[in-house]
Amino acid sequence: MTPLKVSIAGAIASILLVLVVLELIRSRRLKERYALLWLATGVVLFVLSVWRGGLNTIARWLGVTGYPPAVLFAVGILFVILVLLHYSTVISRLSDENVTLAQRLALLEHRLRKDEGPNPEG
Amino acid sequence: MARPVAVVPALNEESSIAAVIEGIRAFDPSFEVVVVADGSTDRTPEVAAEHGAQVLRLPFNVGIGGAVQTGFRYAWEQGCELVVRVDGDGQHDPAELGAVVAPVLAGEADVVVGSRFVGTDGYRSSRARRLGIRVLAWTLSALIRQRVTDPTSGFQAMNRRALGLFAADYPHDYPEVEATLMAHRGGLRRREVPVTMRERGGGRSSIGALRSVYYMIKVLLALFVDLFRRPAVPLEDA
Repeated sequence: MTPLKVSIAGAIASILLVLVVLELIRSRRLKERYALLWLATGVVLFVLSVWRGGLNTIARWLGVTGYPPAVLFAVGILFVILVLLHYSTVISRLSDENVTLAQRLALLEHRLRKDEGPNPEG
Repeated sequence: MARPVAVVPALNEESSIAAVIEGIRAFDPSFEVVVVADGSTDRTPEVAAEHGAQVLRLPFNVGIGGAVQTGFRYAWEQGCELVVRVDGDGQHDPAELGAVVAPVLAGEADVVVGSRFVGTDGYRSSRARRLGIRVLAWTLSALIRQRVTDPTSGFQAMNRRALGLFAADYPHDYPEVEATLMAHRGGLRRREVPVTMRERGGGRSSIGALRSVYYMIKVLLALFVDLFRRPAVPLEDA
């Protein structure tokens, strides 16, 4: 059985995570579309922390006999991996778009300079 | 005085964009038609330009909210007093613009939304999507204490006051729902008028079935968080 202290700590930590994420959205430092996975992480970890019988059952299914909270850690790590993967795809898209923007800017600047004639500053 | 502007967001709509532009011109030739090509990969921008529209070409797809806001910002800078939004895919019939524009011209509303669900008409869409729309309509109606029947309709007209708010701050993908709450919190008067919407003229909808569920959750979250935010600050004329 999961130690009660572990369940309580897990529940508090996941509630904190959800609250912090909501505040970040409210203050416009985090967009909803990048917050959903974090919120899902918080909710799932909260459920697994509070629903102690459920955690035990899942642990048994997975063959984790010694220490059920290990499942809690495993699920937490799984979600963190998902978030990181998601961010990797987002960063890739952003870097592509950044290159496109820089290219468009260079072409625009070139055209502007040509229209203005020789530029004294260079 | 600045000409009224028709903002036409378009992705890849080369087959329908011409009819939309001509339709707006047939409704009222004084409108300046501004097509916002949101990372189009077909001939949408060229066709739009050939038909005399101003074309704002986004270098990549920024999503419907960002695209529409580009048009709003253009209209704001022109000093425009009346803006309509007509989607480039042909589902909004420009011939119905009269009903949408009238309450704004009469000074009775700041934002007018053409609704598919007021009055009688058979608008067809997937069951999942219709259920999602109903949940959002119900939530919005409760939040703004006014009946909202078509929360995702982009067939809209607005005056400069509303334009100032949306040019300053406009939500992203599925913007109409959140914008309804923003308008309410910004003290704008909103009105719905019945319109008929057509089957999409060409291209394909950017929203599938699973996506609608995802968007609905996202939009509900956005609405919830919006309640704890300070209202957006509209742009002001100098």
